[in-house]
Amino acid sequence: MRPGADNLVKRFGALTVLNGITTEFFPASVTAIVGPNGSGKSTFMKCALSLVTPTSGRVYGFDRSRAGSMAQTGRYPDNLTPRDIFALVQSIRRTPAPYKDTLIETFDLGSHLTKSMRTLSGGTRQKVGAVLALMDDVDILLLDEPTAGLDPVAASRLKDIVAERRLQGATVLVTSHILSDLQELADRLLFLLDGKIVHDGSIDAVLSTTGQSTLERAVATIMTRSTS
Amino acid sequence: MTGTLLRSVLKDSLRSRWVVIYAVFFALITEGLLFFTSGEARAVLGLMNIVLLLLPLGSMMFGTIHIHDSRDFIELVLVQPVKRSSVFHALWLGIVLPFLVAFTLGTSIPLALHGKLLSPLSAVLLLAGNLLTMVFFALAFVVGLTFREKATAMGVGFLVWLLLGVLYDGIILAVTVLFVDYPMEVPTVTMITANPIDLARIFIMLTFDQAALLGQTGAVFRQFYGSALGSIVAVTCLLCWIGLPYTVALRTFSRRDW
Repeated sequence: MRPGADNLVKRFGALTVLNGITTEFFPASVTAIVGPNGSGKSTFMKCALSLVTPTSGRVYGFDRSRAGSMAQTGRYPDNLTPRDIFALVQSIRRTPAPYKDTLIETFDLGSHLTKSMRTLSGGTRQKVGAVLALMDDVDILLLDEPTAGLDPVAASRLKDIVAERRLQGATVLVTSHILSDLQELADRLLFLLDGKIVHDGSIDAVLSTTGQSTLERAVATIMTRSTS
Repeated sequence: MTGTLLRSVLKDSLRSRWVVIYAVFFALITEGLLFFTSGEARAVLGLMNIVLLLLPLGSMMFGTIHIHDSRDFIELVLVQPVKRSSVFHALWLGIVLPFLVAFTLGTSIPLALHGKLLSPLSAVLLLAGNLLTMVFFALAFVVGLTFREKATAMGVGFLVWLLLGVLYDGIILAVTVLFVDYPMEVPTVTMITANPIDLARIFIMLTFDQAALLGQTGAVFRQFYGSALGSIVAVTCLLCWIGLPYTVALRTFSRRDW
């Protein structure tokens, strides 16, 4: 079953964060979910990961044993080491984590494996998050602001790996405020505003409809049109 | 799955300096009381006051802080193919077990060094302390999971401790004075049952078997149940005080948005 959402609504008290989202995500594609702060991007990701329960409607096809995810902030138990955390996730998922060693090498984490998480920088913690999301052979990737806090080398390597996974057939959902990253990675743009999808189409289509040359300007144009 | 998660939470908790500080605190207090007071009864009485006041406060604070500081860990494991109940059991046991060991070791080592460890009074004190630790960590999880702001949760936790540990006896006294013309045995016993700290105090005092130390509520409790049955009832009620908030916290955890 292809992952998706059917009339998904999430309310926190009086605040409606997601308001009837219906969409589907395709294999071998990268969907960029964008929108202003509070538009519902992270809540949508959390619904997909079962961290948040929908008020009505449903998300489907995001089987957690088939999905890898990267949170917005790479914070983990202070006293555990990256090695402990990798071992924990491996034993929960009961997986040999075929990509783990390569990823540790790619993100230059070897010298940090036995250090407590509290002693690691924000960027290094984010690299740990990247390894956790990508170490297993999953076919869905949910990446919430994956390059936030990463140095340019690590960010570039991460984008290469995501592109590679997409070619291998993975369904990738990614949110980011760095729109140049999304322009590089994504082939579809889902624009959320006040919990609703106000634009859904390919990146090329967005650029041509708005008449802009960069995704950043195209998104700004959509935002201006939608709010006016 | 709970075992796998528990190992990680335990590893994290055991590397925390607070568990060591907690154990050293109880060791120093126990040693101080045994060294400076004459007689086992006085030392254990002094220790009882620490156990009944500070141990619930410590458990409440560490419990609420733990649940809030574990948020990222919780989110990390909840996105994996794992049941929420397994995560909850591991989180609770992973913080309670180190504190139970810290209290038991911290208190037992000085008691053993002074040759008092095997006395019934010491055993009862250790049992009451362990039960209270579990009660207040369960309550702390209810508070910590209900209030999303850490500062608010800690404030509410403190108020719960203040109510049960400090104000409650005054409330019982006020009620009994107010209804002095009515038979108050059953209401008093019911009110004691509704406070785990009172239950633990009475459980310890029933072992002391000194009427003067039981206080008014304790005397009513002993008169109502007798010493032996009273102890069994007190321990049973304390076990319920662990089970009930634990179940409420588990339910809250299973339904909560992260």
